[in-house]
Amino acid sequence: MKWGRPLGRGIAVSACLAAMFLGPAASVHAGEPTECGVDGGPFAVAYPLNRVKKAVADKSLTILVVGAGSSQLPGPNGAANSYPSRMQQALSNKLPGVKVSVVTDVKSRRTAADMVKSLPAELAQARPALMLWQTATVDAMQAVDPDQFSQALDKGIKKARAAGADVMFINPQYSPRTESMIALGVYVENMRWVAVQQEVPVFDRFGLMKAWSDQGTFDFYSATKKLDMAERVHDCIGRLLADLVLEAAKPDLPTDGNK
Amino acid sequence: MVPTKTDRDLRLDLFRGLALWLIFLDHIPSNAVSWVTIRNYGFSDATEIFVFISGYTVAFVYGRSMYLNGFLVAAARVLKRAWQIYVAHIFLFAIYLAEISYIAHSFENPLYSEEMGVLNFLNNPDVTIIQAMLLKFKPVNMDVLPLYIILLIGFAPFLWLLMRSPTTALLASGAIYSLSWLFEWNLPAWPQGVWVFNPFAWQFLFIFGAWCALGGAARLSRAINSPVTLTLAVLYLLFAFFISLTWHVPGLGAYVPTVVGELIYPIDKTNLDVLRILHFLALAVITVRLVPRDWPALKSPWFKPAILCGAHSLGIFCLGVFLSFAGHFVFTEVSNRVPVQILVSVAGIAIMAGAAWLISWYRTIERQGSGSGSGPKTQAAKPSLAGGDT
Repeated sequence: MKWGRPLGRGIAVSACLAAMFLGPAASVHAGEPTECGVDGGPFAVAYPLNRVKKAVADKSLTILVVGAGSSQLPGPNGAANSYPSRMQQALSNKLPGVKVSVVTDVKSRRTAADMVKSLPAELAQARPALMLWQTATVDAMQAVDPDQFSQALDKGIKKARAAGADVMFINPQYSPRTESMIALGVYVENMRWVAVQQEVPVFDRFGLMKAWSDQGTFDFYSATKKLDMAERVHDCIGRLLADLVLEAAKPDLPTDGNK
Repeated sequence: MVPTKTDRDLRLDLFRGLALWLIFLDHIPSNAVSWVTIRNYGFSDATEIFVFISGYTVAFVYGRSMYLNGFLVAAARVLKRAWQIYVAHIFLFAIYLAEISYIAHSFENPLYSEEMGVLNFLNNPDVTIIQAMLLKFKPVNMDVLPLYIILLIGFAPFLWLLMRSPTTALLASGAIYSLSWLFEWNLPAWPQGVWVFNPFAWQFLFIFGAWCALGGAARLSRAINSPVTLTLAVLYLLFAFFISLTWHVPGLGAYVPTVVGELIYPIDKTNLDVLRILHFLALAVITVRLVPRDWPALKSPWFKPAILCGAHSLGIFCLGVFLSFAGHFVFTEVSNRVPVQILVSVAGIAIMAGAAWLISWYRTIERQGSGSGSGPKTQAAKPSLAGGDT
């Protein structure tokens, strides 16, 4: 019943709007190459990651990255250079004494609903404290019914939480060349709504990359077969993700430089 | 209700022309100039204006035809119009295919291997093109014309009813709108999902426009001119403006009470949220107040470009979609710096205005050309020539 939908999806607006532009920019800190930095923007981290905090306290943090094609890079070093590995490296550096492992369930051309199907097995095997969920791009490309997309997100969050994991979303990439072909808008927004309702932090990859593009950090219009820009982008995303994870989890660390 | 034969209401053309410009600006991705468009300052956008005015003019033109020539002739004309729009849509699709095919061969970047998958449909044109012709496959930003086609296909019976019992017709339209929300009616899309503009919901604004054209506006005039309505409209617009500010300045969100947020979100464009309708109505009430029908400035040369665009809306709409493709193409192939974005936006609007002028010039010489033998007959047979199209 659609009449009930606005109420059913009702959310705390103040929290929601704080989260609407939730992004990692606030967590850009000294010590990183300036190319990842993003100026300005009212960004906020809204929701705590308590299971991550506990895992860090227990000296063993496992993160499951569930994603589609934009979570991987081609080539022999693709796995090592893509953002899940870069994030693992960054987290290991920032959490000395904590064993950080990153497990990936990444395959291209998967919608949110496709990913939910393989979730129980992946969660049971990896037993992560955090599930990083990169999705929405393929749903937008295939014009999945936005309501069904939101339902798939809800379902995935439920499954991850039942398996003892916190959840964080990663929204689509900013891809100016394909902007006139992929209508991301409604999917990015629905992702935000679900995130606010379910109190899930969002890594605003779209906003971040748009800011990079506007500020000339990267030229996303360029056509190239080379991997170097893609690798640098993934490196930045991996490190900013690590910052956001730490910021949201607020682990009690003497060496924590993120406050 | 019989549409009275008076001069064409230039306000309709003016605001439809402006709506076409805004749609063009909004359709260019990453366009800084689209900050000026109304969707950033409230709930509704140019689509509502376009659909409402289209309903209004369609009822005006074909209502006269139905009165003079009967149901069959008017219905046949409405269907012919739907066919013209269908042809225009397929023409745009061909242009879209050309753009996509070019991009598929010119762009490569390992960062975007997933996103480039959107071009895969080029690999099976056998399915894609047929689905496009069935109006099930609709590329991004090509959803308005299919909506218009469906609205016109269903329009003749509504027009018949509107001319006999306008209130019943409006209630029937409202009932379809409500039922579409209750039972989640929509048309299927390809490869999956539903139409971006749900015709069962959007018909309400179209039929409401038609109802206004056929005497509804006169009936409403007392309500429109009452200070209470004006106050409510202003308050609602201010409310929507404040809410829209919180989209751009999240810090303001803290001032929105939770209960308000629970009531208003999400604001559904696909199914034409009630909040969007109210926002459009509030805008309309204030516009009608500020811009009277006999406002002298409507005849000034400054408004001429927009009025011409609005008068030839189908051609200019299609041109706008094409120009937004072209604008995006300039951004990707030449430069996407802000001065270029402004230049592309201004040039696009200038081209639309120039084309509208050209279309009306063609119409003038065609009318003169046919004036020798069958002049009056042609005029009577094509009411749309009297002042632009539907």
